[in-house]
Amino acid sequence: MSSPASTPSRKRGRAADPPTSGSEDPMSPPSQRPRSHDSSIGDLQPMPTSPAMDACSPAVQDTSLFSSPRRSVLLSEVDASSPLLYGTPSSRVEGTPRSGARGTPARQRADLGSVRKAPQVDLHSDGASGDNAVASDQAGGQRLVIWGTDVNVGTCKEKFQRFLQRFVDPTSREDENAGLDLNEPLYVQKLEEISVVGEPVLNVNCGHVQAFDGDLYRQLVSYPQEVIPTFDMAANELYFERFPDSALEHQIQVRPYNALKTRNMRSLNPEDIDQLITISGMVIRTSQLIPEMQEAFFRCQVCAFSARVEVDRGRIAEPAVCRNCNTTHSLALVHNRSAFSDKQMIKVQESPEDMPAGQTPHTTVVYAHNDLVDKVQPGDRVNITGIYRAAPMRVNPRQSQVKSVYKTHIDAIHFRKTDERRLHRLDEEAEQKLFTEERVRTLRELAAKPDVYERLASALAPSIYEHEDIKKGILLQLFGGTRKDFSQTGRGNFRAEVNILLCGDPGTSKSQLLQYVFNLVPRGQYTSGKGSSAVGLTAYVTKDPETRQLVLQTGALVLSDNGICCIDEFDKMSDGTRSVLHEVMEQQTLSIAKAGIICQLNARTSILAAANPVESQWNPKKTTIENIQLPHTLLSRFDLIFLMLDPQDEAYDRRLAHHLVALYYQSEEQIEEEYLDMAVLKDYIAYARTYISPRLSEEASQALIEAYVDMRKIGSGRGMVSAYPRQLESLIRLAEAHAKVRFSEKVESIDVEEAKRLHREALKQSATDPRTGFVDISILTTGMSATARKRKEEVAQALKKLIQTKGKTPAMKYQQLFDDLRGQSETAITKDLFDEALRALADDDFLTVTGRTVRLL
Amino acid sequence: MPSVDDWINNPLGIVEGIFAQGTGSPDWEKKVLDYFKDKMEENVSRTWVPSLNDVPLHYLKPNGLVRFRCLVQDMFAPEFYMGVYETVDPTTESKALKCGKYKDVTECAPVDFNSRKAVTSERQTFYCVPIPGESAWVKENYAGSSQARVVPSTSYTPNRQKRSFEEDEEMDSQPQRQRETNAGTPNSADFRGNGDSRRQERGARSSAASPVSSPLDLNFPLPGEQGPACLVKVYEGFESYKVNDTLEVFGILSVDPALSGVNDEKEASSVLDPMETEEEQRAHSPPASLVPRLHVLHIQPLQHNNPLLPPAASEERRAFLSSFLSELDSVRSELLKYLTHVLLGDALAAEYLLLHLISTVYARRDVLPLGKFALNLSGCPHSCPYTERLYQILQQLVTSSYRLGMSLANMNGARLVPRKDYVANRLVSGALQLPSNACLFLDETQLEQGQLDATGVRNITALGNVISWQKVDYDFSYHQMEFPCNINVLVTSEARSLLPSDCRVHLQPQLTPPDLEEYLGAVQAAQLPSQLNKYRTYLSVARELDYNIAEEVTKAVEDDFVDMRKDDPQSISAEDLHRLLVVSRLLSLSFGQTSLSRDTWLRAKNLEMVRMNRIQQQKCANGNEP
Repeated sequence: MSSPASTPSRKRGRAADPPTSGSEDPMSPPSQRPRSHDSSIGDLQPMPTSPAMDACSPAVQDTSLFSSPRRSVLLSEVDASSPLLYGTPSSRVEGTPRSGARGTPARQRADLGSVRKAPQVDLHSDGASGDNAVASDQAGGQRLVIWGTDVNVGTCKEKFQRFLQRFVDPTSREDENAGLDLNEPLYVQKLEEISVVGEPVLNVNCGHVQAFDGDLYRQLVSYPQEVIPTFDMAANELYFERFPDSALEHQIQVRPYNALKTRNMRSLNPEDIDQLITISGMVIRTSQLIPEMQEAFFRCQVCAFSARVEVDRGRIAEPAVCRNCNTTHSLALVHNRSAFSDKQMIKVQESPEDMPAGQTPHTTVVYAHNDLVDKVQPGDRVNITGIYRAAPMRVNPRQSQVKSVYKTHIDAIHFRKTDERRLHRLDEEAEQKLFTEERVRTLRELAAKPDVYERLASALAPSIYEHEDIKKGILLQLFGGTRKDFSQTGRGNFRAEVNILLCGDPGTSKSQLLQYVFNLVPRGQYTSGKGSSAVGLTAYVTKDPETRQLVLQTGALVLSDNGICCIDEFDKMSDGTRSVLHEVMEQQTLSIAKAGIICQLNARTSILAAANPVESQWNPKKTTIENIQLPHTLLSRFDLIFLMLDPQDEAYDRRLAHHLVALYYQSEEQIEEEYLDMAVLKDYIAYARTYISPRLSEEASQALIEAYVDMRKIGSGRGMVSAYPRQLESLIRLAEAHAKVRFSEKVESIDVEEAKRLHREALKQSATDPRTGFVDISILTTGMSATARKRKEEVAQALKKLIQTKGKTPAMKYQQLFDDLRGQSETAITKDLFDEALRALADDDFLTVTGRTVRLL
Repeated sequence: MPSVDDWINNPLGIVEGIFAQGTGSPDWEKKVLDYFKDKMEENVSRTWVPSLNDVPLHYLKPNGLVRFRCLVQDMFAPEFYMGVYETVDPTTESKALKCGKYKDVTECAPVDFNSRKAVTSERQTFYCVPIPGESAWVKENYAGSSQARVVPSTSYTPNRQKRSFEEDEEMDSQPQRQRETNAGTPNSADFRGNGDSRRQERGARSSAASPVSSPLDLNFPLPGEQGPACLVKVYEGFESYKVNDTLEVFGILSVDPALSGVNDEKEASSVLDPMETEEEQRAHSPPASLVPRLHVLHIQPLQHNNPLLPPAASEERRAFLSSFLSELDSVRSELLKYLTHVLLGDALAAEYLLLHLISTVYARRDVLPLGKFALNLSGCPHSCPYTERLYQILQQLVTSSYRLGMSLANMNGARLVPRKDYVANRLVSGALQLPSNACLFLDETQLEQGQLDATGVRNITALGNVISWQKVDYDFSYHQMEFPCNINVLVTSEARSLLPSDCRVHLQPQLTPPDLEEYLGAVQAAQLPSQLNKYRTYLSVARELDYNIAEEVTKAVEDDFVDMRKDDPQSISAEDLHRLLVVSRLLSLSFGQTSLSRDTWLRAKNLEMVRMNRIQQQKCANGNEP
């Protein structure tokens, strides 16, 4: 098929694939920059070989076509560390241990493709002096580079070895590095790990490479195909130097990840072709395992002579003539002696957060090879590092006409599941969400403003009028407290999420507020109490019809892990469903025991719920509990409970009217001037959540203690407990969240002050006993007030009867009535109780109390 | 200078001409765009371009310039193509630089993939469908104004689909046969084997796939739609378009049979790409004879789809507007009279219906859409033909509309929300994928008692979301994606609708014609076409007017609100004020006034009061109504 004459030009094209080759292309300066730039520096030899040399080099024909016998001879003569050899499939010929003494076979890296032949060939053509040149380049000043790149194998290898030996990252927070000594060279420890575990894969963070040597990083990103094998080589040499006796399944493969070119799938463009990229997305489909032929085995049917042919770009050049007996077309493919490698195709869709509004998500095809096969499943969120490829499509394999469209895919080198890590650690956003320096500066500037708290609060749902405190509460909820781990002391995780309940008259834009919050946070879920069942909130088990495998499907609460779950019409929720929330709201986990699956899922979600009063209108004469008829056990788990009522006051009306009218005639620009952009707010929150974790200062702890003691005191005067440790925890969370708003690493007394104020405001609204006018926390925490009220009602009834038995006396003395009632009742009647009974009767318009006299109506 | 025929019949020639002139200079692309932009913006010359909407595909010349009025139904991933490539003549070894833009397939000579002069560029494919629910009068008007001279091709056969399939097969296999004979003896055995298996495979496929495939699902949002779907290849600024945008696309028609994935050789493609399922191939490369490709030269986003209005931003448009504004008042009263007759003499309902027809979402404040005015027309006669006739009458007025009978079967069975099909990798359309300002007519009189299943509940929720938030949550199976929309929803019901609405008017018929059907027919027939055209223009013009509220009126409105609250806090809530502001806005616009006057404000208040009273009365009369 391919004649020797055409081979070199085709090979050469590989290095200069159309996309990267466009030196005339105005559209792709970056891809072209490295090359032209480097040649302008002049210390590199830009194009070392000429095609003519390739063509006349005998090795070229050998490596490219029917090769094995002669080539393997040829190979064994060359030094094992030569780049020419690395990972060529021929190294597996008959299982001959390639690196002799070490006995570790190299495994072909299908992820890098067979393309490495191009540099090989070119280096080889002047490779007669190749190794010498590398050795002498310091002296001679002339360096050899891989064709089409500026990569010098020797220097590159050396640099990478130095990187492996010396790189230290004391600030590393990655969980992969858990258990490693951060002050020792990181990758040396990883090599040790390999020797222990025996998994010959070395994951290298590109960020580290960049920090160590910017130039090396640039080469890695621009020419991964050439540089990664060099890295492999370097790593292997180093490894076998250290652990000469170690036996690995195959040679170590270096897997770079987190190429800083982390991109949204949408921003991939022709310039990225053949470069190392990292993109994030969600797996939507995986194919079956595909055995891909790497090397075809042919046997002559006449003389049984065998030949091996490497697959080139998915095609096998069938030898037309047997070289042993010269029979034409006598060679037949023997399948079970051919070499195959695993391959899987994975479709990845861009994550919903990356999508611009109003467009559909993009998808990309990813090929996983060898042990990366079956590493990911549909639904996984992954970061993929790999090489972006484009290949022309033929209309018909047997026609020369080609579609003018390229097929693109990514050869995966490294997968990283982003949601998997959530299971054991938090703050995965740290890596997902990268902030530009400029953005950080604007955010910091904003944080430095004294009124940042008010600003942010007013930026929250600007279309909803006033309710400043509610917005502030929600703002603190968005920031959340600091996560603390008390599992050592047996307490387990300490909830950092703030839960908020809004109750109030219908039509007070509660739903709108919920919608807004749901749109603001990246991992928000919105459900309506009416429509959701316990199963929809938690998780359910389904059986996959094909594999008969049980699959756990997660519901809203689990999905909003680390986010906010907005539940509208909370009161309409069935009791069974609501009871699920008990565990979630304090322990932050969900326990599932269904269909043989018993597990505990994380549900570290904040809950923002909205409830309507039972009587459709809020009855100010009743307590919160009576109005919304929710169990107090659940209510006590809300940090803040707000009432959204119509204040019915003229000044308020005027401001409301002004606000609404302005809403309808102000132009977009005016609005933007007045309020913070939603995007800024989003970033601000994400930044604070990721980078700020405030701790209590001494002063703040004192203030908190005082506040708590004060709260306890209020109630104790009336023989009631008015605050519980839960309230203290709430206060701490709120104070921490407020410190986060200020980007402060320390919780100070102003934070505590605001937390106290907000807590009090919320209590004033929700826990005020409508009869006494006192804030009564027990209404929320114990529901005691409800039973007290029952008792009170009995007393009131008794009192009523007593008065009725007295006949038609229009007025009575207060004290006398009290004494009479006391005398009549079996249980002790306190003065408070008597007062309350009187007030209840007054409420019923049965009597009025004026001073010391009681009048019937 | 090329003649007119050239740029319509052979636009590629022009592109190549410009390319050849400016070889090496990067601005040839811009020159091409400018050349065609000039042509398209000229009103006369654009009408010469034949439209895919009114001319059957087989009448159109391949590689000619056509236009297509469409809605972006789905967006496929961007594709890289050879922008510039070099071909090598195998015999002479001479190289030639070619331009690959606006083409699907390279020209015959082998391509030198390694040429340094090659340029890879990026383009995006949109799957476009004719505007869903487009009214018949819009189509007729567009077709009438077209000046394109279309010569029917000689090989016209009425059964298009059948012909295309056959032809594709035919064209595909022909070169093959030639090759087979040419291929010579050595591996003829091999070849024959191959051919056989292919033929078998083809047979198997046609029998196996026929139940799924027979009519290719063109993925129209609404059932029963007609017209071609089109794969539109966009070269410039594709980031700026969104799903559900309505566009008028001018581009080069490409129907090369080589494009059709389906008739391609199965085995070859499956080796190349086992990931691409048959479904995906069908969706992404359907037969070019059914879904032609269109290489875009120029795109005109459509603000409205009213052919009666001159194109935006032209001198002509301004003159037209000023002349129309002078007679706006009279048109309004005529239209109001007409609607009053249609609504059985109920002037109040007619007024509200008119306001509803010119409403549009003009802005969004965070989640809140402003300007929407979903109307619930309660008290509609149960006799079915009434709502049906009402819809027909509205259809004659608005540019696009869809009537959804909310019967139980419909609610439980209809696919309202678009859903991503990961197997075929496309967005399966749903009835709520409607263009901006489409009129969605929900007929609740058809709803009867019974069980709603899960789909039904989801559908009702989706309708509720459209009404309250003007958004549709597309189902991406792993997550939902919110797409904002701008749909005028009109609900007709007997009593209060179960769906939310911005405003409810209870119909109070003033006359009871013995034969409702006959009466409505007569009313409809009494309208002259010229009158109807006036109404149509009126609705589009009124909707597009600018609007603002002056400072002093703002003050008056605020005072008014405070006073009303003072008298009786229960009488008016923030929500009522919202509605009042919308009503007064629409009322102003309906009179062609671009700012709110005190009179209009009072009028709006009055209108609202009458409406509320009517609802109160009706509540009392009914008693049990909540």
